Amino acid sequence: MTQQLLKIRGLKIEGKSDEVWSPIVNWIDLDLQKGEVLGLIGESGAGKSTVGLAAMGFTRDGCRISGGTVDFDGVDLVAASAAVKRNMLGKRIAYVAQSAAASFNPAHRLIDQHTEAPTQHKIRANAESELDGMELYRRLRLPDPENIGFRYPHQVSGGQLQRAMTAMAMSCRPDLIIFDEPTTALDVTTQIEVLAAIRDIVEQFDTAAIYISHDLAVVAQMADRIKVLLRGDEVEEAETRAMLSAPCEDYTKSLWAVRSFQRPAKPAISAGATPIVSLKKISAAYGKSPVLFDVPFDIHAGRTVAVVGESGSGKSTTARSITGLLPPSQGHVEFNGEVLPLDYRKRSKDQLRQVQMIYQMADTALNPRSSIGDIIGRPVQFYSGLTGIAKRKRVEELLVQIELEPGQYIDRLPSELSGGQKQRIGIARALAAEPQFIICDEVTSALDQLVAEGILKLLAQLQDDLSLSYMFITHDLATVRAISDEVVVMKDGKVVEQGPKAEMFQPPHHPYTDLLLSSVPEMDPDWLTNLLNGRGVDNIGDAAVGKM
Amino acid sequence: MGSIFQIILQRLALGILTLLIVSIVIFVAVNALPGDFAQAILGQGATDEAVAQIRADLGLDQNYFMRYFSWLGNVLTGDLGISFAQMNFASNMGGDQLVGVVEQIAPRFKATMFLAGVTAMFAVPISITLGVLAALYRNSIFDRAVNIATLSSISSPEFFLAYILILVLAVLNPIFPSLSNVYEGMALGEKLNRTMLPALTLTLVVTAHMMRMTRAAIINLLASPYIEMARLKGISPMRVIVRHALPNALAPIINVIALNLAYLITGVVVVEVVFVYPGIGQLFVDSVKIRDIPVVQACCLIFAAAYILLNLMADILSILSNPRLRHPK
Repeated sequence: MTQQLLKIRGLKIEGKSDEVWSPIVNWIDLDLQKGEVLGLIGESGAGKSTVGLAAMGFTRDGCRISGGTVDFDGVDLVAASAAVKRNMLGKRIAYVAQSAAASFNPAHRLIDQHTEAPTQHKIRANAESELDGMELYRRLRLPDPENIGFRYPHQVSGGQLQRAMTAMAMSCRPDLIIFDEPTTALDVTTQIEVLAAIRDIVEQFDTAAIYISHDLAVVAQMADRIKVLLRGDEVEEAETRAMLSAPCEDYTKSLWAVRSFQRPAKPAISAGATPIVSLKKISAAYGKSPVLFDVPFDIHAGRTVAVVGESGSGKSTTARSITGLLPPSQGHVEFNGEVLPLDYRKRSKDQLRQVQMIYQMADTALNPRSSIGDIIGRPVQFYSGLTGIAKRKRVEELLVQIELEPGQYIDRLPSELSGGQKQRIGIARALAAEPQFIICDEVTSALDQLVAEGILKLLAQLQDDLSLSYMFITHDLATVRAISDEVVVMKDGKVVEQGPKAEMFQPPHHPYTDLLLSSVPEMDPDWLTNLLNGRGVDNIGDAAVGKM
Repeated sequence: MGSIFQIILQRLALGILTLLIVSIVIFVAVNALPGDFAQAILGQGATDEAVAQIRADLGLDQNYFMRYFSWLGNVLTGDLGISFAQMNFASNMGGDQLVGVVEQIAPRFKATMFLAGVTAMFAVPISITLGVLAALYRNSIFDRAVNIATLSSISSPEFFLAYILILVLAVLNPIFPSLSNVYEGMALGEKLNRTMLPALTLTLVVTAHMMRMTRAAIINLLASPYIEMARLKGISPMRVIVRHALPNALAPIINVIALNLAYLITGVVVVEVVFVYPGIGQLFVDSVKIRDIPVVQACCLIFAAAYILLNLMADILSILSNPRLRHPK
């Protein structure tokens, strides 16, 4: 017999911007039974996190619940007093945040943060909840569960922190846990460990959960039912399997279709052609700690080389070495067969012009006080010497190239653009130098899937029109599949495997490539179960220890 | 822990270097004062011979380098010299008992430290408590009242605050004495009683700065994900601030406290004058007036050392308050 735990009716939430309240969530109904897992999915701005927090009767500063009821086990959390809510939070409803590294207090040890809720809610004495914490750490397969709690957050890796946070949420054995994108910040291989651990413990304690994510494949592994949100409204809701096999709404279908974009294969590189960029066994170090070891690869004209690896594998450092921002300690870079000076300060203007970069966070890569025209105009003037009307005309041309209406955008500030538009400005700024080679550093990883697809298509189009070469740094294998011609796999500052894309996605693989490829979640609710059965749980434990 | 030791040693060495540079600055500045001791005591009718004679007796005729290095050498051995005003020279017959600058400054310095200590004992806990409460009840009536009160007390001249306190606590309600002429050997209770008014005045002066920094440093952190997490664990607002925000806000607060303590040691001349408190500030001002170079230099050096030492301690405490440095990976 199922029992209703959470019943949200007509939930409306408003956010304040420029002193005006505007709706963020228009109308949401939500039901959750005891022990059930509901997936909430949508792009950024869909209101997923806002709804998740509202299920705890909580809104962030600058937001308010303007209507509806949140009935948790007979108590309306919208109407309840702060004291009543405080008594529920942590004890009966717990929260697991996106970034465990930011959500653990840096000043206290993990175990002290773990025992805080049970002792404050007077559920367990401190010593008792310490022991309980160790037991939970063990169940979540954290290494050295007796002692790991006595470390500070900065002494523990991201994947381990995320599991420790799940343990913390479990500390009072709540009826409901809100998981707010708990694996989004993690590498694919770490993500699997955390997903498996979360799924197991939620099953063991029969805890109900709301699992928020933008990644359908991840939600499919975790949820019994899925609800799709779009700009504060519900699009549809269905059992996971039904939703995956037969989505009803066009919007849901479009979410499903994102990963289908793929460039046609290009002809093989003719033997003996001079690569446009050639890395000759580059090594580099930050201070005394070496991070790159003899990295060799070539990038040919008009082609895209995807550099793949987990965080810390040296992908971005390779980019910094090529641009000369971090001069290599050994080896050198050749451009069209000509040796580039190691330090960017020693390169000529023309050499600088040829290598441009597009960054991951368009937000921080654009000067917030400059207009779009100035941001793009600066490199135009610097590299081609155009000024006045000629410069403005060139900026307008570039805006047309990145598919933004010049008249509408040229005088705006970056803050007036959406994330995808900002990234397009980043592209235009790189194009302004008229380079032959562009390094794209995780350019789509901060974007929603639909927007990211638009950026990938634009980059592909520009490559065809201008015969550009790309070095495409990413940790997302779907992106690799979509855009690359050649693939370089990196681990711990070394190249593990490289070759044409078709070969890389065909077995046999290097074991590490295999691990990466098999770790990408698939749109199959049984994927995680099958994968874990295939690998054996011990295997995952080893992987966790290996990353310590 | 090795790295922390290294950092502390490094800071200590830097502090000593700074002090050395400051000693040069002091020496140059003091010697650049217009007029000298000989002219100051001989007055307008001084003959050139008399002035030259006194200068020779005091060693003022030697070149700057010689004088600097002999002064520095003496300072390093703990000898701050002898006050010009105490010395026998030319026709001026001073007393037979020469009192060195060290003996002259020591009781004054002790008195200043006593006043600073009493003030800090009031001001620091009050400021931090008010700061925490203002952060907890931010934008409430209480927050505004505290802000206005502390801001008006810091904006009023010190002597004005002092006279108001005298009027209220010594004249209208005779609770504390308005004269603070403490001396060595006085019983602690009596000493505290006499120090109370200047200490209260100074508390009013330094509280605003520390309280506002505490409030700002805490509020700055309230948007952090770990504060949100603490709230979502159902922790009470007070505990969220004290246990989750305050430990992470310590570094800026410690620095402001150090700066204010340094001010209490070096900058309280006005309050000393109002309450006739025998602190080092008065001695300093008097010595400047008569160009008594050894005393002026010694006072400057003590002030500089106080600043450097307090900032050094603040640096070290800030480092220790950071768990990343306390517990390296």
